[in-house]
Amino acid sequence: MDILRIATAGSVDDGKSTLIGRLLYETKSITKDKIEALESASKRKGLNFLDLSLLTDGLIAEREQGITIDVANIYFSTPQRKYIIADTPGHFEYTRNMVTGASNTKVSMILIDARNGVLEQTFRHFFIASMLRIPKVIVCVNKMDLVGYSEEKFYAIKADVQAIADKVSFKGQEITFIPMSSLYGQNISIQTTEMPWYAGLPLLAELESTSFDEIKKPARFPVQFVIRPKTEEFHDYRGYAGKIASGSFAVGEEVTVLPTGQTSKIATIEKFGTQLSTAGAKESIVITLETDVDVSRGNMLVKAHNQPNQLKEITARICWMDSQALVSGRTYILQHGINDSKAKIISLNSKIDVVNQDTIENGVSALKLNEIGEITLRTAKPIFADKYEDNPANGAFILIDDQTNSTVGVGFVL
Amino acid sequence: MSNTILDKNLSINSLFGGGVATPKHGYFPRELEDEAIYIMREVAAQFEKPALLFSGGKDSITLVRLAQKAFYPGKIPFPLVHVDTGHNFPETIEFRDWLAKETGAELIVRYVQDSINQGKAKEETGKYASRNVLQTVTLLDAIEEFKFDACIGGARRDEEKARAKERIFSVRDDFGQWDSKRQRPELFDMLNGRIAIGENVRVFPISNWTELDVWNYIKEEKMAIPSIYYSHQRQVIERDGMLWADSEHLNKDADEIPFEATVRFRTVGDMTCTAAVASEAVELDDIIGEILSAEISERGARIDDKRSEAAMEKRKQQGYF
Ligand SMILES: Nc1nc2c(ncn2[C@@H]2O[C@H](COP(=O)(O)OP(=O)(O)OP(=O)(O)O)[C@@H](O)[C@H]2O)c(=O)[nH]1
Ligand SMILES: [Mg+2]
Repeated sequence: MDILRIATAGSVDDGKSTLIGRLLYETKSITKDKIEALESASKRKGLNFLDLSLLTDGLIAEREQGITIDVANIYFSTPQRKYIIADTPGHFEYTRNMVTGASNTKVSMILIDARNGVLEQTFRHFFIASMLRIPKVIVCVNKMDLVGYSEEKFYAIKADVQAIADKVSFKGQEITFIPMSSLYGQNISIQTTEMPWYAGLPLLAELESTSFDEIKKPARFPVQFVIRPKTEEFHDYRGYAGKIASGSFAVGEEVTVLPTGQTSKIATIEKFGTQLSTAGAKESIVITLETDVDVSRGNMLVKAHNQPNQLKEITARICWMDSQALVSGRTYILQHGINDSKAKIISLNSKIDVVNQDTIENGVSALKLNEIGEITLRTAKPIFADKYEDNPANGAFILIDDQTNSTVGVGFVL
Repeated sequence: MSNTILDKNLSINSLFGGGVATPKHGYFPRELEDEAIYIMREVAAQFEKPALLFSGGKDSITLVRLAQKAFYPGKIPFPLVHVDTGHNFPETIEFRDWLAKETGAELIVRYVQDSINQGKAKEETGKYASRNVLQTVTLLDAIEEFKFDACIGGARRDEEKARAKERIFSVRDDFGQWDSKRQRPELFDMLNGRIAIGENVRVFPISNWTELDVWNYIKEEKMAIPSIYYSHQRQVIERDGMLWADSEHLNKDADEIPFEATVRFRTVGDMTCTAAVASEAVELDDIIGEILSAEISERGARIDDKRSEAAMEKRKQQGYF
């Protein structure tokens, strides 16, 4: 069974949490005891209907304020596949949590309140979806009930969003528009009865029909852990454990070890005693090599004819996630996949005004929480990254503050 | 106009045109196993003294399986730690000892009774008395005693809505407390396990699994599980609409008279805080069928969760798993 990972996006109160609650409800993913709990919680809030957002707003602070603060991961399945939905906050202050939720996903559902149309967050979240290279965006024009299910309203909003997409969207990104009402279940899993002018699919059918072409990517195997049992049976065994980041590997193929450049051939590919002949992206496996070469954690196995650059100076787009601003000249820890190195910011090149899509190059001295910019940094050790654009699975890194140990930023190699 | 906000007659079959097709590659999404094994290996690589917290339930049995797979043909490079409340089902303890022997993993057991004897924890009274809250004391002591810097647990995000918010690497302070406002962003699959002295990380490799995923995995992997998950005869009492296992640890009212029933356990915690369900399920397929048609969620059978809407978040703030 496959998995489709999705994230919500959009401004505060656009109805993201309600939409997910509705999806769960309509797919019968909520059990009776949870519906009962929801009924009494809604009553306590003085509502005369089920507040479906309470299903995902799981923190005390969220229920007190009636907003989403941190990502909730929600699960449901259809006979076809399993869905993981990250319900993200709409509030600007929690943009970093929105990025966290969106980072693993293939589909971004950007909500818009039909009464308000395009807002600042629509720009920001569309920009982030494109920056992350999320291949599919579903623009959910919600609360259509509050605008009399107006066709004109929907098409006006669609035109506004299309204008944003024309600027920020990347080649191959798919964009779909659906008018809906999360509260009244219009176009969620059942075709709308209120908007006969809409000929497209309801949301669930749109998700069910979503599939992505397999794009061939270079083979990258970051070594996570060296297995040396040292038992009698496996006396000389040395296995390199890891999860294939991208591409595929086959027994008998020649591989190059980075950073040493030594080469060897793949002797076996194993999964708990099962011998495989090939393995592909995202599979956790153990590789053994035909010859004794020096391989340790943080090294990468690649194919000789298609190697990533060994970078010590990296220019990257960065999204800042800490209340303490990024400043040029500071040293952080850079973690790329499972490899890490000290890294010094050599320059803060520019800052991006995501609403006007302007790049500000002059007088940028710091990058504050939730801001996006471009930096150049130098690492102590080489990093084996691809350009994010070419190979997202091997093109992103995080920055860690070595004093607080917090993850303070995410970078995309340019 | 169908302005009914919720239509009670909605059915999944009407949405998918009836009949359920068999997915091409089985019911368990293998990607979840790859992800969990990756997390296990990160724990072994990033921490000096990790431990796997073993409760004897199906989720922690699944963790042991994943740990075995992650390091094969090597041994599991960290101990299994069990906080024994003294209220465990005897079947759980028996299974625990068998599994440790079978996998060759090191087993460490610490007892809530010792914490009570030392005056660090106080036994609850009344008919709802359980040791569920008390076990946090014993756990935090064990973490300190062995200087564990990472504790792997079997919590899943589908269990409860505060858990749905927790990261895979969840940093806890000196007192084991979870602070939802201080959660680190977790981007892509990059896990940041850096901590200060005294802090530790709770790690949840099966965060993205659902109850059904766990059962499908147990089935596809042909794993052994404690017998109490299957239908059996047992002395129970009825309380608050649920069936409670009778035992010397359960404080009963005079009118709560035990009777024999055919039951199984859907989730296994202490005898004093997990309810049984009436069931004839003798095979995994029966269990899976029951879950698919269940009207009550898994934690609906956890008496400890019923205390309030925010029960889980509050317990986590106290250092609970
Ligand atoms: N009339 C109407 N109200 C809606 C609809 N969808 C959501 N709402 C209401 O809008 C309010 C906000 O909904 P939420 O689901 O909490 O919004 P959100 O986007 O998750 O908000 P944040 O997570 O805080 O950004 C709630 O009162 C919902 O009941 C809709 O389709 N129609
Ligand atoms: Mg919300």
